[in-house]
Amino acid sequence: MMADTGSEDVAVIGNTDQTPSELQNNIKNTMVEKGGTLLKGLEISVAEAEKRTGKNAVSIQETYTVYLIETRAVDNVSEVANPTPDSLWRRYSEFEIFRNYLLVTYPFVVVPPLPEKRAEFVWHKLSADNMDPDFVERRRVGLENFLLRVASHPVLSNDKIFYSFLTQEQGWKEVVFETGFQAKADSRLKALNATFRVKNPDKRFAEMKHYGDELQSVISQLLRVRARVADRLYGVYKVHGNYGRVFSEWSAIEKEMGDGLQSAGHHMDAYAASIDDILEEEEHYADQLKEYLFYTEALRAVCRKHELCQFELEMAAQDLISKKQQREELATGTVRTFSLKGMTSKLFGQETPEQRETKLKTLETQIEEGEEMVKERTAECDEFVKNAWEDIERFREQKDRDLKEALISYAIMQISMCKKGIQVWNNAKECFSKM
Amino acid sequence: MASCPCHWTSGKINPHHLHNYPLCHTMIDLPHAILLQGERSSLDLSLPNGNAVDTSSPASSSSLLNRLQLDDDLDGETRDLFVTVDDPKKHVSTMETYITYRVSTKTTRTEFDLPEYSVRRRYQDFDWLRSKLEDSQPTHLIPPLPEKFVMKGVVDRFSEEFVETRRKALDKFLKRVADHPVLSFNEHFNVFLSAKDLNKRQGLALLSKMGESVKYVTGGYKLRARPIEFAAMGEYLDIFTQKLGTIDRIAQRIIKEQSEYLVELREYSPVYSSWASSEEELQEPLDGVAACMANCCSGLEELTEEMSEDFLPVLREYILYVESMKNVLKKRDQVQAEYETKLEAVAFREDRKTPVPTDVEKCQDRVECFNADLKADWDRWQNNKRQDFRQLLTGMADKNIQYYEKCLAAWESLIPLLQDKQEARADTN
Repeated sequence: MMADTGSEDVAVIGNTDQTPSELQNNIKNTMVEKGGTLLKGLEISVAEAEKRTGKNAVSIQETYTVYLIETRAVDNVSEVANPTPDSLWRRYSEFEIFRNYLLVTYPFVVVPPLPEKRAEFVWHKLSADNMDPDFVERRRVGLENFLLRVASHPVLSNDKIFYSFLTQEQGWKEVVFETGFQAKADSRLKALNATFRVKNPDKRFAEMKHYGDELQSVISQLLRVRARVADRLYGVYKVHGNYGRVFSEWSAIEKEMGDGLQSAGHHMDAYAASIDDILEEEEHYADQLKEYLFYTEALRAVCRKHELCQFELEMAAQDLISKKQQREELATGTVRTFSLKGMTSKLFGQETPEQRETKLKTLETQIEEGEEMVKERTAECDEFVKNAWEDIERFREQKDRDLKEALISYAIMQISMCKKGIQVWNNAKECFSKM
Repeated sequence: MASCPCHWTSGKINPHHLHNYPLCHTMIDLPHAILLQGERSSLDLSLPNGNAVDTSSPASSSSLLNRLQLDDDLDGETRDLFVTVDDPKKHVSTMETYITYRVSTKTTRTEFDLPEYSVRRRYQDFDWLRSKLEDSQPTHLIPPLPEKFVMKGVVDRFSEEFVETRRKALDKFLKRVADHPVLSFNEHFNVFLSAKDLNKRQGLALLSKMGESVKYVTGGYKLRARPIEFAAMGEYLDIFTQKLGTIDRIAQRIIKEQSEYLVELREYSPVYSSWASSEEELQEPLDGVAACMANCCSGLEELTEEMSEDFLPVLREYILYVESMKNVLKKRDQVQAEYETKLEAVAFREDRKTPVPTDVEKCQDRVECFNADLKADWDRWQNNKRQDFRQLLTGMADKNIQYYEKCLAAWESLIPLLQDKQEARADTN
């Protein structure tokens, strides 16, 4: 547990008594205006990864990896972090639970994604094994990135469960399950996958959804190409290593040419070896792309949620209209629209005035309730649209910034690779010219 | 008595020749003092094929030597024969289609009637020349020709790349012959460079020179002891050709891998462009990346082409060179074996005090001549080989450097494009 939780500025936690939907409507109450987010008061890192073995839920022995989450309080005045961190270990599955909680609790937020569960878009030299140390390392970085994203989000960073996740070693799971998010998770999943037609979706959301689909497609293609390119490039560099050996063998039978050949051979070996670091660096770019690939899913989820909201509103409105129509029909005795009831009553005789009276009364109540429902749903929809669009704009700006940075560092990487190539071949050329 | 197949004109001694055959002129009873004036046909050559040696006017070798002390370095200043192969042209006749090349010669040598020549030759003419050289100068290393047979359907014999590669190889071949102190004075070479119509001359040449071609009959003589230096040459060639083969395979493999890399790399551009079209802020940077990738692709394409056209053919040429050199070494062995066998036979008759028959003497001449020629050619070949490979490998390094420099320039030009926009945004924020 954290020491020094006295300072209010350190932990920014939302009102714990509110239900998730109330939380949605009470954003103004949170500390967004402080510009601040949890990060201002807390340094977060995923410092290490370790292998553990233990018995799982069905008592089968398994090996898994745990990640060390470290937090350091930042002194508000001096802005220096407490040197000794608080820490706890979490496994990937716990991160998943936490993220699902966020998805359900904040449906209007484009929730940051987790690093991939299994290695995908792998080129042959890289292992697709989850236990591979390079994979684990990259996952560690990805998990840290996830936490930092949440901590710097104007809404998510205030979540109490988040704070618990970071600081509460024991009992966190109980706390998160207590929120009852799991039940909501199921219905959410159902809704996301259901097909329904919305008559008047907000155009912006439709465009965003389309954009999300395009982005997903294009990044997937890029990652596939990259994996194939990496494979080939690896081959090109490694074959040059063969020059090293043959030059060495050849130099043995030469007199004046021998030295030049031999040293050139060494440079060819260096060239062949350099590809490992180059491709390792490139993985970083691939990871940045992957994050946004997974982000598109979150983006789509928000757009779908809007559609669902809108659909439910439209359903309620539709229902209200039909109820009103029924009332009118009952009151005036005319059957405007075809209905089975209408037909049966025609066939089997009209109802008694008493029956009609009761029916009317029920309808009136239903209409009242319906109007309330429509009002509620409209408010919900509007609120959702407002909040979601705000977050989408925030996301869009973040994406532009991040991807531009990614492209810049990719270009810098390419430049470094070219410079290394020039240097090696210049060295070899010098050796050749001395032959 | 070493034979010396050189041409002597009044007052002018071929300095290359003297440098390589000092032995020649220390032998006293040589006919070299006899000066020829453009009379090529009556070769004053003491060829080991049995032509009579004219011993009418022996010259004092030492005075000759004094007159002829010359520098080692003979390149550039004293070169008097320049040959170039260029201007390939396609000829279509009813019977066949073929390529001819222009062979241009500039020379101050009096063996040639004119100072300049320009003739057209086709591959089979070069082939004719080479076999004539091999036949008439069996003790020398003859440079190789590019491969004769090309599988139709696999390689386009009339494609620009193939023709250019061949032209370069033919040019190299003639230059090597022209630089050789003995081969360059060969009359067939002269005919090749100067005759208007080689076909007629080929026929004539065939008729009149038939008698001259040297025949080394392999009488199944067994070699007793190969001199160390020639054994060393053989060993060297064996290992060298092996290494060349390996390098050839590696180079081919690299070209293949690079081509496959290029195929995949080409996929990048369209994806980045497609992405750019769905973005606003990121559109320009992404289009920039797409353009960058395209540049890198064209650079890589260039590199692969150049390695195919410039690097591989030279390697293959040397492999052929080594093959023909090994044959010459074998011939030398046979000549020596023949001599040794005949000498042994004579030894049996030692007790009878009969003079050593001229037959055996001739054999001895042959051996010594061959050895001298071969040694001189070997040294020259080693030198040329060193230069050729230095040039070849630095060329390979240069091509790779050029490729990386092209890519570097492309990526570097992208950075300001990306960073400007970033800064501009920071300002508006």
